[in-house]
Amino acid sequence: MSALAAATLAPDAATSPVLEARDLQRHYRIGRGLFKQADILKAVAGASFSLTAGRTLAVVGESGCGKSTLARMVTMIERPTAGHLMIDGTDVVSADKQQLHTLRPKVQMVFQDPYGSLNPRKQVGQILSEPLEINTEKSRKERMETARAMMARVGLRPEFYTRYPHMFSGGQRQRIAIARALILNPKIVVADEPVSALDVSIRAQVLNLLADLQAEFNLAYLFISHDLSVVRHIADELMVMYLGRPVEQGPKEVIFAEPRHPYTQALLAATPSVDPKARSKRLTIKGELPSPINPPPGCAFHRRCPFATQVCSVERPALRPFSGRMVACHHAEKTI
Amino acid sequence: MTDITIPSAAEPVSRPISPSREVWLSLKANKGAMAGLTVIVLLILAAVFADLVAPFSYSAVFKECVTKACPPIWQEGSDSRFILGADSVGRDLLSRLIYGARYSLFIGTIVVTISLAAGILFGLLSGFFRGVVDILVMRAMDIILSVPSLLLALAIVAILGSGLLNAMIAVAITYIPHYARLARAAVLTELPKDYVTASRVAGAGTLRLMLSTVLPNCLAPLIVQATLSFSTAILDAAALGFLGYGAQAPTPEWGTMLADARTLIRSMPWVVTFPGLAILITVLAFNLLGDGLRDALDPKLKR
Repeated sequence: MSALAAATLAPDAATSPVLEARDLQRHYRIGRGLFKQADILKAVAGASFSLTAGRTLAVVGESGCGKSTLARMVTMIERPTAGHLMIDGTDVVSADKQQLHTLRPKVQMVFQDPYGSLNPRKQVGQILSEPLEINTEKSRKERMETARAMMARVGLRPEFYTRYPHMFSGGQRQRIAIARALILNPKIVVADEPVSALDVSIRAQVLNLLADLQAEFNLAYLFISHDLSVVRHIADELMVMYLGRPVEQGPKEVIFAEPRHPYTQALLAATPSVDPKARSKRLTIKGELPSPINPPPGCAFHRRCPFATQVCSVERPALRPFSGRMVACHHAEKTI
Repeated sequence: MTDITIPSAAEPVSRPISPSREVWLSLKANKGAMAGLTVIVLLILAAVFADLVAPFSYSAVFKECVTKACPPIWQEGSDSRFILGADSVGRDLLSRLIYGARYSLFIGTIVVTISLAAGILFGLLSGFFRGVVDILVMRAMDIILSVPSLLLALAIVAILGSGLLNAMIAVAITYIPHYARLARAAVLTELPKDYVTASRVAGAGTLRLMLSTVLPNCLAPLIVQATLSFSTAILDAAALGFLGYGAQAPTPEWGTMLADARTLIRSMPWVVTFPGLAILITVLAFNLLGDGLRDALDPKLKR
């Protein structure tokens, strides 16, 4: 099933994926005091996807759905509890220290908050040179040249080299963060809501920069967002997550044109639209995200779902192919 | 605001000030801190150039002041050579105080260096490794904290033997927990921040994360604590000297001088007063500077 999911997500068989995740899981033990048994929180309860060079997979969902945990696993900050994660042909789950060290430069990350992601005590030049210092044999002078070239590439003036992060605006800081992510020439860039902390006027610039860099360096993006208007602009593939599991995944055009999972429909309906016709058929969902420590039985979404029936509260729907995408819903046929 | 340099055409915005300069400007606006800093600079100069500044050697004995007490020059029966008078064995008090500044500053520096270094090490270890390391280190620190510091210092000196060096080590040990706790707390607030994660993603090892990434961002509270405990170190070393466990007799250490002269408080009050005043002024100066530094380094207190 999961192999099939990966296959549908990579329609171009000629280009093999740089990253393949199969049934990826990450659990946390939550201590409840000394004498009580620890609970298990399934932050990511099984996600399968693949990334291809030059393409963007967008992961969408509300806060608490496991997007960020997914990003932490792909960037190898956290090890998956179960499943397989192949990056450039090496399995991360079973990799030893040395293998991880050689894999690290291949996956880099751009963070959400440009105010927290740059070390306030370091100059821009030092921030950009550090990854080179750790991962390459380059001399001091070569590192400086590489850093300056990358600064020019992302649109930062050369005199910024010796400045500190607090002297920059949010957009400029995000450019620095992008430069740092790209300086090691990675194959995969994980972007964790890279524009949600920025002014709307700056967003387009940063998104365009990301798109230009993707084309230039043939990067694979894992783009995490809750902003569907941004996703519509940048994504090739889409994965909608709910409570640690993907509920719908497939090509962007297919899902945006005709969402089949009620949760996807609600998400799409929630994005503001200038078209009054599109506004009228708004689907709202009630209630809040259930606790991932104690998820509801059956479909995790059934308590908030307008289409829910008896079977939804008993049996968890498996992800199945359905008109050009994968969807995890018992009633995908009826949701239109 | 008098000389404003005209930025070049390629540089339309004025150059933003660097963080260290910002701290300095904020410190300069604080009158108390500047007064403290001035006194400290004078003390350092006096200590460094004691040989040139002091009128006599700290051990030179003047027989005329042994038979007849030599009070400070504004009192009757004084000797104009001895500005602050002479002590019971006929040594110039001012010279002894000037040489004593060497000891006090030396004590402060050594104690703060030892306790700061050890505290940072313990704090980083327990903050980074958590778990068993954290429990062991922090409980050990709690044990040290639970004993009154002077009593603990006395006990350590009793084990090591009296003397200035041992007194400094003893005082330093009692201060380690303060630094360790501060460092650990700062590490714990910095670790979850994105820039640390970014360093991890870039492949930084634990040592690099500790020393190059996290530590510079934890320094502000530690610097403040260092300046503040500089004064308490002088005070505690003086207390140990007063109790007879610190610097030994001919050494012109202020606390020891106080102790030696305490029986003379009625007949020759100046011999007790001036070393006490010297300690008071030094401690006050360091406290003022420490307070000012805290205000300058803590963005939450900025106006």
